[in-house]
Amino acid sequence: MSAHADLIAAFHAGLGGGALPPGVTARDPSEAERRFAVYRNNVAHSLGRALAARYPVIERLVGAEYFTALAAVYLGAHPPRSPVLIDFGAEFPDFLAAFPPLGALPYLRDVARIEAARGRAYHAADRAPVAPARLAQAGAAPGAARLALHPSVQIEHARYAARSIWAANQPGAPEIPAIDPARPEISLILRDAGDRVLVLPLGPGDAAMLAALMRGGTVLQAATEGAAAHDPEHDPGALIALLARAGAITEITTEIITETEDSR
Amino acid sequence: MIQTPMPAAARPTKALPAKALPAAAGLGFKPEHFEAIAASRPALGFFEVHAENYMGAGGPPHRMLEALRRDYALSLHGVGLSIGGPGRLDRDHLMRLRALIDRYQPESFSEHLAWSSHGEAYLNDLLPLPYTPETLRLVCDHIDEVQEVLGVRMLLENPSTYVIFEQSSIAETDFLAEIARATGCGLLLDVNNVFVSCTNHRADPRAYLADFPLARVGEIHLGGHAEEELPSGPLLIDAHGSPVADPVWALYAEVIGRTGALPTLIEWDNDVPEFPVLLAEAERAGRVLTAAREGADVRAC
Repeated sequence: MSAHADLIAAFHAGLGGGALPPGVTARDPSEAERRFAVYRNNVAHSLGRALAARYPVIERLVGAEYFTALAAVYLGAHPPRSPVLIDFGAEFPDFLAAFPPLGALPYLRDVARIEAARGRAYHAADRAPVAPARLAQAGAAPGAARLALHPSVQIEHARYAARSIWAANQPGAPEIPAIDPARPEISLILRDAGDRVLVLPLGPGDAAMLAALMRGGTVLQAATEGAAAHDPEHDPGALIALLARAGAITEITTEIITETEDSR
Repeated sequence: MIQTPMPAAARPTKALPAKALPAAAGLGFKPEHFEAIAASRPALGFFEVHAENYMGAGGPPHRMLEALRRDYALSLHGVGLSIGGPGRLDRDHLMRLRALIDRYQPESFSEHLAWSSHGEAYLNDLLPLPYTPETLRLVCDHIDEVQEVLGVRMLLENPSTYVIFEQSSIAETDFLAEIARATGCGLLLDVNNVFVSCTNHRADPRAYLADFPLARVGEIHLGGHAEEELPSGPLLIDAHGSPVADPVWALYAEVIGRTGALPTLIEWDNDVPEFPVLLAEAERAGRVLTAAREGADVRAC
């Protein structure tokens, strides 16, 4: 390795708590360690804040001081791999689930997954919604119509009441209601046509239908899957209307795919 | 006769697009100020954004940047290229920068004399390097590559530093001057960084500025710093969380007195105040620039 490569490797090791890199000094050399610590602090602080910006509810739930310590442990295991910090912290939900000291808060992973999904929705690619006239067309031919959904659309299945906990911990949220954290919840996360990132409740029937639509099934096939969930509150028309209102339906194809002898 | 290939340092500077920011005061853009800016359309020379914050596929960040771009000149400021690192530049990151430049056509692209990645890890800080013949060659090669891939002439910013290296054999000002000469790049003079580094290393900022190749400067940065006390005296931290300090305003006015008006950015990245506070800082820089244009005695107004 070159002299510079050796030095930068030693500097990096020093930032993680290793010895002062060779040659690093100050006018008063006795201060070198204290001055080097500025870099150590900058790296830990700036990445800790970047993680907190992505997971503000987790920070609120565990407390700011605890979160700082937690971020340091996370960073040791999962340093960012890219200068684009938009993607930083993707492994944090699973890290939380596997972090033994947080075993008493098993819902943290699910809450963190909602925050991660919101981050992805915020930065997802732009797609314009289809014109309302096209929607009516699809309604007339549900057996042929397939919907392309906005890239921000995501379904989160949580074992715990993640959305309720997330909502109760938003700035300005009303008095925290009694939440049974052990109640499973399904959420729909999307960025609407007004650029708001929404976290909406989804019943099992809606979730099954939406998942089928996202896999490319026809509206009819998706509705059939929704019905199979035996969810009395599921209403396929209401789900489509919700997606349409949010501007989440970005394309409709009504091509009838017929299986011929040749394609078998 | 076989021609020997020209060494990198002797390569003629290619004619790169010569766009420039207006010689007026500008502000670092903070999304929380978007509404205030859209409502009041303040008379500013330009806005500057950190390139890495606009590398998502879509969404509100791009909507805001498009709106800013329509009304103002734009400075794209990178913090993640790791130009001072020993490794190869991150090609994917260069291509992301290129896509941003193609899309938004900024008047200026700038980066730092620093490193921020090692191996696969990104450290999110501007880390220092020793100034040696080896690092000079390395930085010049990296800047050649940046300018070639991006197709623009970049500006390189002088750093804030807290330590020095026994390995260094070249003064920072000579190091920057040689980089600019060899690569054709311009320089971004951060006057706060000059004050921070010189204070930290017990050097005279006026002597530093006397040695600085001012003719190469395409933009000036001004920002606030924090102060700690060490046994040997103050240790200043480039924190960007407070107003520009008075000694930095004084140095800035002296620089502008020598160079004439230059695009000048106010940076305030942490504990960001309401927009009018930032605007007042920009207006203060604007008064120094106006005085320089009118040939008045330029002092920190």
